[in-house]
Amino acid sequence: MIPPAFDYARPSSVDEAVRTLAGAGDEAKVLAGGQSLLPLMRLRLAYPELVVDVGRIPELRGVREDGDTLVIGAMTTHHDVIADPLVRRHAGLLAAATATVADPAVRHRGTLGGSLAHADPAADLPAVVLALDGELVAQGPGGRRTIPARGFFVDFLQSALAPDELLVEVRIPKADGWGFHYEKFHRVAQAYAIVGVAALVRRDNGQIAETRIGLTNMGATPLRASAAEHALSGAGDPDAVARAADSAAEGTRPARDTAASPEYRAHLARVLTKRAVLAAAGMG
Amino acid sequence: MTGTTEREVGRARPRKEDARLLTGQTNWTDNISVNGLLHLAILRSPMAHARIDRVDVSAALERPGVIAAFSGRDVAEEMGSLPCAWPVAEDTVVPDHPPIAVDEVRYAGDPVAVVVARDRYTAADALEAVEVDYTPLPAALDIETALAEGTALVHTDKGTNRSYVYRATSGDYEAAKAQADVVLTRRYHQQRLIPTAIEPRAVVVTPLAASGEFTLYSSTQVPHVLRVMLAVTTGIPENKIRVVAPDVGGGFGSKLQVYGEEVITLVLAKRLGRPLKWTESRSEAHVATHHGRGQVQDIEVAARSDGTLLGLRVSLTADMGAYLMLLSPGIPILGASMYPAIYKMGAYDFSCTGVFTNRTPIDAYRGAGRPEATFAIERIMDDLAAELGTDPLELRRHNWIRHEEFPYTTIAGLTYDSGNYEAATDKALALFDYDKLRAEQADRNHRGDTVRLGIGISTYTEMCGLAPSRWLGEMRYAAGGWEAANIRMLPTGKVEVVTGTSPHGQGHVTSWCQIAADALGVPFEDVEVMHGDTRLATHGMDTYGSRSLVIGGVAVHEAALKVVAKARRVAAHLLEANEADLEFADGVFSVKGSPEARKTIQEVAFETFASHDLPDGLEPSINAEHVLDPDTFSYPHGTHLCAVEVDTETGAVHIRSYVCVDDVGKVVNPPIVEGQLHGGIAQGISQALYEEAVYDEEGNLVTGTLADYLVPAAPDLPEFVTDRTETPATSNPLGVKGVGETGTIASTPAVVNAVVDALRPLGVKDMRMPCTPERVWQAVKEASA
Repeated sequence: MIPPAFDYARPSSVDEAVRTLAGAGDEAKVLAGGQSLLPLMRLRLAYPELVVDVGRIPELRGVREDGDTLVIGAMTTHHDVIADPLVRRHAGLLAAATATVADPAVRHRGTLGGSLAHADPAADLPAVVLALDGELVAQGPGGRRTIPARGFFVDFLQSALAPDELLVEVRIPKADGWGFHYEKFHRVAQAYAIVGVAALVRRDNGQIAETRIGLTNMGATPLRASAAEHALSGAGDPDAVARAADSAAEGTRPARDTAASPEYRAHLARVLTKRAVLAAAGMG
Repeated sequence: MTGTTEREVGRARPRKEDARLLTGQTNWTDNISVNGLLHLAILRSPMAHARIDRVDVSAALERPGVIAAFSGRDVAEEMGSLPCAWPVAEDTVVPDHPPIAVDEVRYAGDPVAVVVARDRYTAADALEAVEVDYTPLPAALDIETALAEGTALVHTDKGTNRSYVYRATSGDYEAAKAQADVVLTRRYHQQRLIPTAIEPRAVVVTPLAASGEFTLYSSTQVPHVLRVMLAVTTGIPENKIRVVAPDVGGGFGSKLQVYGEEVITLVLAKRLGRPLKWTESRSEAHVATHHGRGQVQDIEVAARSDGTLLGLRVSLTADMGAYLMLLSPGIPILGASMYPAIYKMGAYDFSCTGVFTNRTPIDAYRGAGRPEATFAIERIMDDLAAELGTDPLELRRHNWIRHEEFPYTTIAGLTYDSGNYEAATDKALALFDYDKLRAEQADRNHRGDTVRLGIGISTYTEMCGLAPSRWLGEMRYAAGGWEAANIRMLPTGKVEVVTGTSPHGQGHVTSWCQIAADALGVPFEDVEVMHGDTRLATHGMDTYGSRSLVIGGVAVHEAALKVVAKARRVAAHLLEANEADLEFADGVFSVKGSPEARKTIQEVAFETFASHDLPDGLEPSINAEHVLDPDTFSYPHGTHLCAVEVDTETGAVHIRSYVCVDDVGKVVNPPIVEGQLHGGIAQGISQALYEEAVYDEEGNLVTGTLADYLVPAAPDLPEFVTDRTETPATSNPLGVKGVGETGTIASTPAVVNAVVDALRPLGVKDMRMPCTPERVWQAVKEASA
């Protein structure tokens, strides 16, 4: 890797990291697992003057319970998320989706917080955390604030984090009793999803009572398939699910790139939503 | 010391190379460091076609750590023009090809300026300080319109985008067509591919100022060819250039080249009098290393209603890219004799037009012309079977050369020495469970299942083992096709084999040890193989075109026989016997009738070294060299069967099973053959389903990284069921055939035939490669509309 020259800081606490960021203005980038930032620097698409490596801050790692909420440190690696018993028990969707991220090397370096803060709509975890109604906790010079996932992803590669804020925690409401499935469609195992659908389904008396659907790569940000979520209420059989899933692409604005056209992505969103919901509902 | 009794050839020896490679004790070119080493970085054109109005390197020169910087004009005279060694037609248009562009850039990636600095980072940073003014020019970006009126000219001075037209005919195709009940015409597209060796290229040049000599290390397949061509291109005397191919991490034809970067690094090391290194990044490789395939194939077959083939007409338009590289014009012509494949017919008409486009040059990529040929004939055989309503296997059986007909001279003029298509196909069908899959397919079609099953067949042969020198001469190729081997019997009885082949993953070290051990009767462990250094292996033609075993490996065998013949004379003298009375087995010379009178070949080696008691006038050496020029090609063949499930809702193609039975003649090392097949099949599947170099409307490569240019990994590929039949080649004493390209040649049509077979009941007639999910979905949608 032959990136442009940059300064490097490796704070050992969150407070120190925030102070370092505050002192650098707009020219600093936070280095988490390096799986998004380093490729951009290598291709000389990013020219940070200062790289703030938060990889040696122990308080940013690990998973704990806080009542009905799971609290996941932003620097917890994908591998640790997948293996964590609390995540598996209370946020199985997150564990399942994280297991589809890239390859083992990436999953051992990449982090949940890094993936969310990068705000790439093609990445899997933003849509998953959106579907889980997660919250993101940022720390800045003025202290901590909590941002709901619905308000966190602002635009393509742009989050609600201020330049002097560090994402420190991801708070996931326990989804006990919800069926879940992440349906990822990609051409090779380590490629980004052309489209991905994260589904959570709560059933009541054999019918779908409530559904939450996050869409990967269907616009500049991860999106909720609100129309489909609404239409799925009361669906009791696969045909009803299929009909409701037809509205999965409503309100989306998928991009055109080498992988797919917008029309194809919209079609995939419908097909994959049907499949994800059927699997999550145990109707498959 | 005694020899082995079990024969080495045919044994599943673990590769001698692997312990070192797998534990990272490798010597890649980029690992080479010498005192005072400087680093080279290359500024490349961001435009497909533009006039260069100004190049100003002065700001780059002011950067701390920058030693030198040059535009193309600064160094044009010393660098000459990159060579094309295969102008296939007498009037081939061969444009000037400066290693660094001077007046115009002709593809996005064309070098424009270079910076030399103390380290690689400084060099890369300084590129951003080089100022270039361009005037954009219209670009030719499409094979099909390259020759159309109004299309921009890649080389204005040539007045045309046509590089050459090559034609070869046999029999009267028009007459055959007139007698046909069915004439089927198809246009197939061979997409442009980016060869993806695990190791990108790198070059290091160390000058020896006192003697004017240069050592050039390069990640190349062809150190010997490279040395000759560097001398011709730069004017540096050939005997002042030593070329070394250290460990080379794959090539697939992409390192069978004389690259601008090799010339640039050599010439600048000479000019600066300093050692110099250039290392390619992966995204640089995507534009700077030559591409493969890139053809439009018009093919027409004439047949009787019973399926008998009468004739074949093939008309290719082949993309050369912006310049002719070493073998560019010849690559599609390597396929010219392969379209008739394993089938009998009475007429054949082949033509190929090479065209320039403003894109990265195209040259050899695994199979080089023959995968394209096999794809087209195997695709149209399936289409013809569908047209006639017959089983595609039955159509093939009806037309192929029967095993009792070998040797057989095809309509293209090649004489296939041996083969048994029936045996390979029968074995493959049994492993595949063909009838059961056909039944499942019919059931799914009947039910209207959203997931369809398709079965693809590819019964291929290929001409490989490049090549008889006379044939190459007739084809206007500049060099010969021989190969050299040198065997040295050391005083202690150990053996050194020096080969002119240049392995970069093929396992020559292990295989040549096996061949030499058998012929000399020495233990496998006692043989070492050396290669890839023109000072050490002085004579060689290198590694490409599945040639190494059938030419280089057989040369090792022949050289070993020469050693034994020389040793026999010494042994006869030592044993006081007539040469004719000596037997040689398992490394021991013994006198017929008195087995206690014996000398091992190791003892003979020592006695020859001491030379105290040799016959009068006998040269005191039993070392031997053999240079082998083959009489003919080698013709491996086989039957590949692929079953795919196609999800008609998403367009996803899933390979459910893949069976192949290949006949590569006698096998020297079964796991190595297996490995060649696995890698080759993976690459062929990859062309069918995944890979494509995509350019935007301005001529920029969109698939510039491995995030956009998809290559499959283990999770994306099925388990391959491989088996063999063994019909020895009659054209060499080992009975061996080539295997390095068979998997790639055979697999692509098997996969696409399977996809089309799955979708034909829905009205889909063809699928363009790669068969991406979106293309499949579109095809299904359009067919049902």
